[in-house]
Formats: sequence, structure tokens, C-alpha cells
Amino acid sequence: MTDFLLELRSEEIPARMQDKAREDLARLFAAEIGKAGLTASGIVTHAGPRRLALIACGLPEGTAAVSEEVKGPKTSAPPQALEGFLRKTGLTREQLVERDGILFAVSEKPGRATVEVLAEAIPGIVRAFPWPKSMRWGAASASTESLRWARPLHGIVALFGDAIVDVEVAGIRSGAATLGHRFHHPGQITIGSAADYVEKLRAVHVIVDQDERRAIIRTRAAELAREAGLELVEDEGLVGENAGLTEWPVPLLGRFDADYLSVPPEVIQLTARVNQKYFVCRSADGALANAFVCTANIEASDGGAKIVEGNRKVLAARLSDARFFYDTDLKVPLEQQAEKLKNIVFHEKLGTVADKVERVAKLARWLVEDGIVTSKPLPFRGGVGVGATSAGLGETGPTPNPSPEGEGLAILADQAERAARLAKADLVTGMVAEFPELQGLMGGYYAAAQGEAPEVAAAIRDHYKPVGQGDDVPSDPVTVAVSLADKLDSIGQFFAADLKPSGSKDPFALRRSALGVIALIIDNRLRFPLAGVMSPDALDFFADRLKVQQREAGVRHDLIDAVFALGGEDDLVRLLARVHALQAFVGTDDGTNLLAGYKRAANILKKEGVIAAPLPARERLGVGADAQASAPSPAAGASVDADAPTPTPDPSLAGRGDVLAYPPEPAEAALIAALDTAEPAAAAAVEREDFEGAMAALASLRAPIDAFFDGVTVNDADPAKRAARLALLARVRTAVHQVADFSRIEG
Amino acid sequence: MTGRPMSFQRMILTLHDYWSEQGCVILQPYDMEMGAGTFHPATTLRALGPDTWNAAFVQPCRRPTDGRYGENPNRLQHYYQYQVILKPSPDNLQELYLGSLAAIGVDMGLHDIRFVEDDWESPTLGAWGLGWEVWCDGMEVTQFTYFQQMGGFDMKPVAGELTYGLERLAMYIQDKDNVYDLAFNDAGVTYGQVFLENEKQMSKWNFEVADTDTLFDAFRKATAECENCLANDVPIAAYEQAIKASHTFNLLQARGVISVAERQAYMGRVRDLAKGACAAWMTQHGWAA
Repeated sequence: MTDFLLELRSEEIPARMQDKAREDLARLFAAEIGKAGLTASGIVTHAGPRRLALIACGLPEGTAAVSEEVKGPKTSAPPQALEGFLRKTGLTREQLVERDGILFAVSEKPGRATVEVLAEAIPGIVRAFPWPKSMRWGAASASTESLRWARPLHGIVALFGDAIVDVEVAGIRSGAATLGHRFHHPGQITIGSAADYVEKLRAVHVIVDQDERRAIIRTRAAELAREAGLELVEDEGLVGENAGLTEWPVPLLGRFDADYLSVPPEVIQLTARVNQKYFVCRSADGALANAFVCTANIEASDGGAKIVEGNRKVLAARLSDARFFYDTDLKVPLEQQAEKLKNIVFHEKLGTVADKVERVAKLARWLVEDGIVTSKPLPFRGGVGVGATSAGLGETGPTPNPSPEGEGLAILADQAERAARLAKADLVTGMVAEFPELQGLMGGYYAAAQGEAPEVAAAIRDHYKPVGQGDDVPSDPVTVAVSLADKLDSIGQFFAADLKPSGSKDPFALRRSALGVIALIIDNRLRFPLAGVMSPDALDFFADRLKVQQREAGVRHDLIDAVFALGGEDDLVRLLARVHALQAFVGTDDGTNLLAGYKRAANILKKEGVIAAPLPARERLGVGADAQASAPSPAAGASVDADAPTPTPDPSLAGRGDVLAYPPEPAEAALIAALDTAEPAAAAAVEREDFEGAMAALASLRAPIDAFFDGVTVNDADPAKRAARLALLARVRTAVHQVADFSRIEG
Repeated sequence: MTGRPMSFQRMILTLHDYWSEQGCVILQPYDMEMGAGTFHPATTLRALGPDTWNAAFVQPCRRPTDGRYGENPNRLQHYYQYQVILKPSPDNLQELYLGSLAAIGVDMGLHDIRFVEDDWESPTLGAWGLGWEVWCDGMEVTQFTYFQQMGGFDMKPVAGELTYGLERLAMYIQDKDNVYDLAFNDAGVTYGQVFLENEKQMSKWNFEVADTDTLFDAFRKATAECENCLANDVPIAAYEQAIKASHTFNLLQARGVISVAERQAYMGRVRDLAKGACAAWMTQHGWAA
């Protein structure tokens, strides 16, 4: 068994591409040698700015000889078949082997030397390398077919044991020689084999293993901070990036003028991180310190003093710029900045950012005035999750959105509108022009400094949140109102302009906005009938996002489907309460058995062509009528009357005991009786949004259903009995559908 | 570095010597206002086509919106780039470049030189390339690019372009915090003595004085003249008009009279002119296959 070393040496490869390059190299290599029947006992890859390396351990000296058999015609086949087979294989009849009346062509493939296999594999790997961005270079680039690499490729080391695997790719001939560190050891060194590769390079100031470089940076940077009486602000992204920029990483600590600490710490950290790739440090009191850690690529002859000084100057210039922007921005009231939003096009079809601000301000106010966003989180009686039910059960009234106190409401509404009007103003500030990722945050700073209420400043700061899975979901009501209004406006507007996401295309990040809306509604338990503000297609879009989001949260998608299939539900909190109760229920014995009974009933009905009742109208699904009554759009205005008569579209009425034209069997009578109890109990529980209660009521049907199937023949010869029993089963189905469409549930 | 660090002009002369030794044509600045050395026809037009072309030159760059009335220690509306263009890109371009840094006095045993990914794109020129910004102790001192496309045409072969920020390098070599304190020559003349008044007046003109009607008119005339040149098969002249339109657009930007919505349209117009000139140049040489 022998080890193989491959080093591909180039000009500096972007740091961000190196991890994937290692994976690709290992994958391509394994695939290439695999084609020849070779497998390595282990593959190790290394990546750095100037070299990509692979060490494959435990390769055999050659591939085993294989005998390959190709099945031919039967001996009894017509001569044409045999002739065709001989032509195809290039053999004569005598060379074929006969077994059980069938002819086979057998070819012995001799084994091949591994060196030969490798020599064939390497050019393929290099040419097929999937760099995210690649380039051509040099005289060969007169042809656009010339080799592409992330940056110009200069050298190939390919050693099988201590033997050079002789290859040539785009004029680069493989060998055993490579280069050391660009400045510490610019000359050539010769590698003996895979075994001495890492150590020979270490001797010329190259640490080939990225993990070792990362460890040095991580440890040394923290150590430097500690020695200075500080704490490093850890940042694995920076560790990786600096390891991708250095072959011999040397962290160095420097100080900057403490005066710059008047600039918000986020700005300093961002400047240091993004522009300069420096770590920052905290003092013992947790505040940002006037120190940075840069990572040099050399062991400088003066111990790094000049390097630190140079880096300090660069950072000082950056911070000076930042402070200039900050001070300048502070002098202009956000209100005045907001005026400039009239000159910024939000989208060519959707007007200016000022237009958007106007819409968002109105919507944010409405969300408060309509009681959707209130000053305190609303307990949900149905129980969305652990602890939800116990929260203030006694203090809520009968309506899910209790009318907020008059004065508190007015303040909240004013603050929401104010925050919305100022929320985008920082887009025209110097600081955000320089650092777009500081949008919101800077507005929050400026608002606080200019005397806005803390709630307003916080809402300006956080209204973009949540910006992704795992991001904090705002809970302060002013922030919730603005954040919700901003996202709903974007979704509504882009959908109205027919700029919907499709496939992988979502240029306006509307999926993220929808997930944000969902998180805001669920986390804050907002009772918000979305149909009131969203078009049907936007509502479907939310439904899809909710499914994706819940699936990721571990909720069974079929259960979500089962509840969605009821149709018309646009109150996410209630919808999820139903789904969660359902998930708990189907996990129990009662649930499993009820589901089995339901499916049996549904199958019989399906066979007999008894269709399910049309899906209940939304108003039947739950309460919340008063919450919807004042929604501004006609879509939600669909007048809601909880006392409306139950629609009677299917024959289930005929399944009622009192209208039977014959004496029922005992099990039949028992099921009728059970339904007479369970139906209203379940309906009442649904009405109360007590979905566990509704499930419990349905669970009482389980035994009577089982008994019914055991003791009663549905398909009776008497057409009246048959019809009545089918009707009874339809009644079971309808009863169960009060909670969810069980036909969508798997298992 | 021993003895007195190089003056600004000594640095330029040293780079001229160095790149002259490498076989470059040493050109003088192009006599038109432009935002970057890349606009110089010796880069843009000469980068196109199969012919070998090696040139080095200083190009004054005008960026009206960067003016700070002489009050910012490192922002100028007029500054110098040192531009090297080598086609095809030599295999040892990085080594040649590092040699030039050593020539102007950068000690690479003492300073941290790094090649940090920075892909270059100029929508105005229909051009892009891959390369790095070169850092010296964390400061970007050079833009290092392998052109892949110019004027929408694939480079055949690829040219390497080096753009040194001369003031930055000089501030670094002379250890100065303020650009106006740079020693321009070895006889006591500072950069400020040469350029401070210029920065003050030109910042004022760029931001406050320049007559916008005249500028709009100049933009229209340049675009019309560019079309005229293209129709009459003089691509170099057409390209000059594109440069003129581009700089006029920059001035209009500084005057704050181009709205965000209009901005794209103006840039698109300049791009069409520049690309048209490149295409005409390619066609004229029979390279536009």
C-alpha cells in the first residue's frame, strides 16, 4: 500500500472558495480513481491561499485483473444473432464460452499500475474543477478554450510513494518541486513523498493544514487580548477568512485612538471586520475596547511593530471616515432625511421609498387601532405551545382581541406610525450609504439621539427583523407593528404588481418576508385574519411558507395539509393550535384507532360514491368574528355570523336516529347516540378554540365505530338500511372533519 | 528602507525605470479627464485584440464626488494612478509586481503584503476581470486584475493590469498621515503646495459652481459626436467622446442634479457609447469574429 500526494499550486485563491475546493478535490479524486476500481483507505485535503493539496492513503500498486463477461445469444439463436454478436465483440465463435445453452464473450482485463491510473486522473480533475468563478491567463488564453482556474495555476506536485506521477496539464509538467512561503522562503523545495509534505513545507514557513492555521489564529488572538487585559470578540468567520489569506498566520494586537469609541460599537466592529478583517476586543466591563487584532502572513523582522502601526493607520482612517459620517448624520433630523426618500425609487412599478413609507405608516397604525397588535401579548386559550395556556387565563375576556385601553391604544398607534415614518430615513444617511448592512441600526441610534421615544427608536432599529431563521423575533408592540406592516406591504405590493417569487427566483426576498410575518404572528400570538389584508394568491403563498416553516420545526406536513384542507383558515395562531392538537392526538392510541375507523368509513363512502360535504365556510371553523368585522378590506368583511345555520349539503342528516325507518342494530344505535353527544361537544370545543377538547370528544367515537364495523353490515340487501348506514358513516366523516380532514393524514 | 524615503516624483520615476526595463512603452498621461487609468485608450482599446502590448503610464484621475475641499487627509477629487498593462499577462506577473514594490522601497521582510480577492467590474466599459486588491499592512495599495472581458469581448489573450494608488503608496513609504504633507520632490516641495489650492477650487467648482445646463448640453453633444464618429468609422475618436460623456456625467452627479432613477439611464448611455467604440475598434481590425 502506498500514499499519493497531489499539490496544485497557484496564485492566491480567494479565501471563501477554499473549503469547497477541498471537498471538490476529494470528491473528484475518489470518483476518478473509482472508475478504475481503486479506493483509498483515507483522503485528506488541505487548502490555503497558494496551494490545494490532497493526500490519498493506502492505494495498491495496481488494480486487480478483472474478467468481464458479456452475455450473447443462445446457441439455438439464428445465425444472424451470432454474427452480430461476433461483430460487436470482435471475437470469433471459438473464443466464446458456452454455459447453459448461452454464449458469452469473456475478456480478461489485465490490472493496471496505479501510477498510470493517477496520471490519467489528474488532468481530468484539474480541467473539470468546479470553481464558482474561474479565469483564463497568459499567452495560452489567446484561445478561449485555455485552462480555467480560480487564479493562474503554476505547479503540480504528484507523487505516488516517492515516484513522480508524470502528467502535463496546460503546459504545466508535474514534479516533486514546490515553493515555500512567498517572502520567507521564495525558493524551490523538493518533496520526498506524501509523508514529508506537511513537515517540509512547515520548514519553509508554510502551514498547509487550514485547521492548524485556524487554531493558531483562534488561540493566539485570544491570548493577545488576554495579555492586554481584554477579551477577544470571537468570530469564526474571521478565523476562517484569515486562515484562507495566510500561509504563516501571525496575529498581532494593536490599539486605536480611544476617541473613536464615540462611534457606535457596531460600526467600529463592522469597519474592522468587513474592511480590514480584524478582530475586536471587549474590556472587562463588556464594552468595546480600543484594540484590534490583525493577522499578518509573516514573522516580521521587527516583531511586527511596523505592521501593527500600518494597520492602525488604516483603521484610524476608516474610523475617521465613520465618525465623520456619524457626526454629520446626527445633525440632520430623521424627519428631514425622510424627505429625501421621495427621490429613491423603491421599484419602478411600485413608486418611491417615500410612497412605501406612507403605506407602511398607515398599515402600522391600523394594526394597532384594529387591536391586532396590542400593548401586551395575548394569551391564547387553545394553547399554542407549552405554557401558552396558563398565561393569564383568567384575565382575558371572551374575545380573542380585547379592546386595548383607549389612551394606551392612542399612544401605541401614534408611536407605530411615527416609527414607520422614520424607519427608512437612515437609507439616505452617509453611514448607511457606506455600510448598507447597518440599515435600521443607525436609524435607531439617530432617533434615540434626536429625542424620539425609546419604543420608536427600538422599532426603527429592529423593524427589519426577523431577517432569517434563528434571528430574534421582535416582541415590543411598536416594533411588531412596524415590522409586520413593512413586510406585509412588500408582499402585498409585489404580488399586486405580479412580481411574485417563482422557482428559485425571489429577487425581492418575499419568502423571507413571509417567514418574518409568520414568525411575528406566531411568536406574539397575534389574532390576525390575514385574508383581511392579503389577496388570495398572497394567502396561498403564506400557506406554502407556513408549511415549509412548520416542517422544519418538526410538524408533520400531512397534519398541516389535513388542517389546510378544511379551507378558509387565515388565522395562523388558531390554525397552528389545531395542527399541534392534532399532532398530539394522532400520537395516542385513541387517535390511531379513530384514524383507522375514519379511513375505513371514508373508503366505503368513496367506493359508494358518497362525496364529502363541501368544505365548511371559514366562519364555521372558529371564532374571532369580532376581530374580523372591522378589517379594512372587503375580503375579510365577509360577514361573519356564528349562529348561521349549519350547511346541509350531504346526506348525513339522514343518519340521525330519529329519522330511521327501521329499528337499528344495537351497535348502530350506539354509534348514533355517540355521535349525538360527540358532535355538539366537538363543535363547542372548536368554538372555544379548545382543540384538545374537540379531539377528546371525537375520541369517544372510537369504540362505537369499531363496534359498528364489527356488528353491522353496511351493504345490507335492504336499500333503506344501506342508505341509512352510508349516511351514518358520512356523519362520522363530517364530525371528524370539524377538526381536520383526516383523509390527508398518513398512516 | 535606508536613508530618506522616496519623494512622490522619485517614486514615479523609479516605476518608470522599472517597467521600462520590463519592455514597457512608457506613455504620458492621456490629455482628457477620466475617472480611472483603465479608461486610457492604451488600456481599454489596446487590451483588445491579439497583439502583444506592454505599457506603463501615470494617469491623473478625476472623481468629482470625492472632493473634500482639501480638508480630508486622504480623499481627493484629483489624484494619480500608476497604470501598467501587460498583454498577454506574463506568468511571473506577481513577481514582477513585487519587484516594483521593492524598487520603490517596500521592505517585504518588515511589511505584510497580501493578495486579497477583489473581482473588478466596470459596467461602463462592459468589462470585468479577476484578481486582488494588494494590501500592504492592511492598506490597499494596488488593484491587480486579469482582464477577462473588455467592451463585451472575451480577452484573447488575457491582459494583466496593475493600478497603483500613488498617493497612498507615497504616504505609506514616507510615513505621512496627510496626503498634503507628502514630499513631492527632494527639494522641499510638498504635495499640498502643488495641489491644495487646486483641490479647494475644484471641489467648489464640482459641487457648487459648474453650470449644469452647460454640462447637460456637453453630455448631449458628446453622445451625438460619438454617434457621428461611429458612423464615420473612427473608433478612437468615438471612444474619446465616450470618455468625455462619462466625465460629464460624473460632474452632473457631483452637482446632484441626476436623480436615482435617471442615473441608470445615463450610465447605460455611456456604456453603449464605450461598447460601441470597442466594437468598432474590433471590427476595424477584423478581430470581431
